[in-house]
Amino acid sequence: MSVSNIDWSEIGQATIDTLSMLGGSLVLTIALGLPLGVILFLTGKGQMLENKVANGLLSLLVNVLRSVPFVILLIVMIPLTVALVGTSLGVAGAIPPLVVGAAPFFARLVETALREVDKGVIEASFAMGAKRRQVVLGALLPEALPGLVAAATVTAVALVSYTAMAGVVGAGGLGDLAIRFGYQRFQTDVMIVTVVLMLVLVQVLQMIGDAVVRRVSHK
Amino acid sequence: MITFQDVSKTYGLGGHAALSEVSLSVKAGEVFGVIGASGAGKSTLIRLINGLETPTGGKVIVDGDDVAALGVEGLRALRRRVGMIFQHFNLLSGKTVAQNVAFPLKLAGRPATEVKARAAELLARVGLTAHADKYPAQLSGGQKQRVGIARALATNPKVLLCDEATSALDPETTEQILDLISGLNRELGLTIVLITHEMDVVRRVCDRVAVLDAGRVVEEGPVEDVFLHPESAIARRFVREADGEVTAAAGVAGRVVRLTFRGEATYKPVLGEVARTTGVDYSILGGRIHRLRETPYGQLTLALAGGDVAAAIAQFQASGVRVDELSGETAR
Repeated sequence: MSVSNIDWSEIGQATIDTLSMLGGSLVLTIALGLPLGVILFLTGKGQMLENKVANGLLSLLVNVLRSVPFVILLIVMIPLTVALVGTSLGVAGAIPPLVVGAAPFFARLVETALREVDKGVIEASFAMGAKRRQVVLGALLPEALPGLVAAATVTAVALVSYTAMAGVVGAGGLGDLAIRFGYQRFQTDVMIVTVVLMLVLVQVLQMIGDAVVRRVSHK
Repeated sequence: MITFQDVSKTYGLGGHAALSEVSLSVKAGEVFGVIGASGAGKSTLIRLINGLETPTGGKVIVDGDDVAALGVEGLRALRRRVGMIFQHFNLLSGKTVAQNVAFPLKLAGRPATEVKARAAELLARVGLTAHADKYPAQLSGGQKQRVGIARALATNPKVLLCDEATSALDPETTEQILDLISGLNRELGLTIVLITHEMDVVRRVCDRVAVLDAGRVVEEGPVEDVFLHPESAIARRFVREADGEVTAAAGVAGRVVRLTFRGEATYKPVLGEVARTTGVDYSILGGRIHRLRETPYGQLTLALAGGDVAAAIAQFQASGVRVDELSGETAR
């Protein structure tokens, strides 16, 4: 095995593609999953917007999306993806399925993080004359912040492996490279390099996440 | 200031009744205690005052408003006039001490400069100026409760609700927090309602007390009366917990009486005088001497024999000592 027949510029482009997919889908996953998780929590039993029907429907939607294997979701979503971003290929084509796959997962993690918040703090906020919106924005979410950051980190790591799968349907990126060169052309060296790069990426994401959690946690 | 009119609270449909037909009234400027065992309904009772719970029957009137009839905004306004502190402090862990104290003012939409000045003033009042930029996790229990108190006072309330505020604190810290609460009552004229399961807390700070058992008020009155002459079994149990058991009088010869001294009488040498003039012999079976807020009191269980027992009793009464005959019943 020699490193000389590796096309580094291709690997460079693939890395950029993976990072763009990850960044774009993470931002949108949080933008969609956070409100979804908050609503899931607030409509739950004993919470301030308790609503069995709404909670049941949302919960069902989340469970359905979470139980579809991501590879299937990628293919099923192609028409919707084309309708949304004009193509099912490349970085842009990968983002809609990534978001639809990861947002329900993140929403569940958000719901769990919010459940960890001390009920007494919520009660105290109401006792101080807070409106519901003030309780959610001023007490609930800030108190859950360390848990929310941890949830975003887990989701980012999950998204890295999702981006690799997205390579199967022509998204590009490191996963695509590993499949085309490493698997289909038996270039084991390319596969090893891509796997190492993804490992480094996961490691870095986890370290950043842990550092931010430590920074925002005052327990 | 606060009136409960036949208030009931039942959880669930036909479920367990936390409170049954409770009627109480708390006067402006007094410290009112509610004592009860866990599950007696204290928590529910105090939460009805600021609308954290709504009654299923009867009315709760606070500062002229029927709490259940207030709209969302009315209730928020009421909650700014009624501060609350908690057993587990319930501070925001992600905010500093100063930010915690400022929180109710921010909720009320006060301008930032006013919020900052008021928070500093409140922290000075509870002696935590040096800890303004710390997070609650860095404070001791007593300091956390001081933050809770400063926060509760932020909106200049007329009423302070204390929900087992000292139950998670050690005895020394409990005393400091109770002193602080008493001081607020005296200096700010704050009306205070506190719930507790400790008679000692009631004895130290309350003017009047209601004893709650299984959702009903079984006894109510000035602390001195309830404490020295408890009528209900549950009140007697609380008094006993606070003062220890007084020896039982069974098998003792003579008439067994309980003498209650209050105020100045506590320090007079009444016992010796009476024994000398009436020739009565006494043996002390048990007793306690303590303070109710500022009032000293003593309670002695005696067996009286020989001499003129009737004259002795009359003389005790004439000296301002209350005499209860215990013969035939067990001393408490």
